[in-house]
Amino acid sequence: MGSLQLKSIRKAFGPHEVLKGIDLEVQDGEFVIFVGPSGCGKSTLLRVIAGLEDATSGSVRIDGAEVINTPPAKRGIAMVFQSYALYPHLTVKDNMGLGLKQAGTEKAEIDTRVAKASGMLSLDPYLARRPAELSGGQRQRVAIGRAIVREPKLFLFDEPLSNLDAALRVQTRLEIAGLHRRLKATMIYVTHDQVEAMTLADKIVVLNAGAIEQIGSPMELYNKPANVFVAGFIGSPQMNFIPAEKLGQTGAKTIGVRPEHIALSRESGDWKGKVIHVEHLGADTIVYLETEATGLLTVRLFGEHAYAPDDVVFATPDRASLHRFDANDRAIA
Amino acid sequence: MSKARSAPVRAAFIHLALIAYTLVALFPVFLTLVNSFKSRSAIFSAPMALPTPSTFSLIGYQTVLSQGNFVGYFQNSLIVTVVSIALVLLFGAMAAFALSEYRFRGNMLMGLYLALGIMIPIRLGTVAILQGMVAAGLVNTLTSLILVYTAQGLPLAIFILSEFMRTVSDDLKSAGRIDGLSEYAIFFRLVLPLVRPAMATVAVFTMIPIWNDLWFPLILAPGEATKTVTLGAQMFIGQFVTNWNAVLSALSLAILPVMVLYVIFSRQLIRGITSGAVK
Repeated sequence: MGSLQLKSIRKAFGPHEVLKGIDLEVQDGEFVIFVGPSGCGKSTLLRVIAGLEDATSGSVRIDGAEVINTPPAKRGIAMVFQSYALYPHLTVKDNMGLGLKQAGTEKAEIDTRVAKASGMLSLDPYLARRPAELSGGQRQRVAIGRAIVREPKLFLFDEPLSNLDAALRVQTRLEIAGLHRRLKATMIYVTHDQVEAMTLADKIVVLNAGAIEQIGSPMELYNKPANVFVAGFIGSPQMNFIPAEKLGQTGAKTIGVRPEHIALSRESGDWKGKVIHVEHLGADTIVYLETEATGLLTVRLFGEHAYAPDDVVFATPDRASLHRFDANDRAIA
Repeated sequence: MSKARSAPVRAAFIHLALIAYTLVALFPVFLTLVNSFKSRSAIFSAPMALPTPSTFSLIGYQTVLSQGNFVGYFQNSLIVTVVSIALVLLFGAMAAFALSEYRFRGNMLMGLYLALGIMIPIRLGTVAILQGMVAAGLVNTLTSLILVYTAQGLPLAIFILSEFMRTVSDDLKSAGRIDGLSEYAIFFRLVLPLVRPAMATVAVFTMIPIWNDLWFPLILAPGEATKTVTLGAQMFIGQFVTNWNAVLSALSLAILPVMVLYVIFSRQLIRGITSGAVK
């Protein structure tokens, strides 16, 4: 089991600074997810933790021990990659056992651990196959198995579901969640998909342009975003941002309201507008409005609604769920 | 059969062009082979004719095998070619791996410097090379040829292989590092098998000029013990009299080993040329 401390991690490629001083504490057994737009440095941060990339400065501690000068194989970590990264010339069994073999573990011990992991991931029928003979989902399970077999202090996942199709993604997501519950291991997971982040994480770290924007549980980020970036990044469809002066409000620069916190009515309401486009998703209906007061507004209604483009409607925000941001884009408590 | 993508006239022209090219390319080989089995007078009276029972003669092959030490020449050619290819592939792949995998100061410059050899023919340096070999006492050794050919083959090998190695997944190498493989193990066990088609391409491109070279054997290793096949065949070409039977027979024999090597590499080669174009 393992904990992780990062202290002022910086990483620069030439003059370009990718990580600008990252401080982070991860407790034993936590599931922590790094999210952010592409190019925000989340994968680089994961590679620094793994030791695949040298930090320009800063300290990485795993289980209290400084590992900044320790090679990846000796850090007690295991990593699952987006492209699976299985060894093409080895069978599933040898793929899973290679790390232990390199570490000089006894053959009997390797066999037991591989058998345990393959049982957990239902890979038993495939142990003698090579990666080329497996489907994408099976390959990713082998990659996860390879990580489990090492019994690491820290599991690192680098966008493990990005190469899978939608149905498999949901299934594998459930498997990873189940795995975390069963192994009670510390896991660090990088993704750009906020649904993965919200559904899997104990703690989400939102990164942007090489710096941490906010750390918190999924619901904290949803209910109390620290700034405009986090408010816009978490939640789908995106939060509506309205310049406060348009609404005649003072003391704030921007007012944020989530699409699901707006009610629509054909008769009366705060903001009068015209429907531009409607998306019927069955469970939800997403309505895009152009209102005089606020400009473009996204509204998410539950269930089916018969709005059509060019309908005139009134939108009313839920006053208790408004988010207010100051001139520096920070949330006003 | 769908006709949407086939135009019979165009296909006919394409095949005509290909057949014409094949004939032009194979004709000298055909002429050499056919005439190597004919008597001397038949070569001159009817050079295009196939050998008939009356003109058939193995005199050329007998001369080649009895005069001089042709088995020894073949051995020399094979040793030089095979060892040079092996060294070019080994050092070329290692340099290419370093250039494509590691970020270090001067990486780009080093790559350009190593590629310079593609543009500047090594023969320009013949005098200096000869002086160097004399100073090192390597004249009339196969080592001198192997050294020169390795140097000659490396630039193109590094250029082609480093491009291919850039396409090998970073994740795979990272996975290897996390599993505790050394950099050498990552190179030999993960990367090399994946760039095998490119290695075959490089091997063929390297092999043919080495096998056919006359220049460096003539200058660096003209001694009887170190003669290569191409140099050995020259002894039948005199200033006044040329033993055409022997020359043609020697050349026909010289085709064989290089063809065997080519067949070995060619399966890989086809994949090497087409890979990247289609996934």
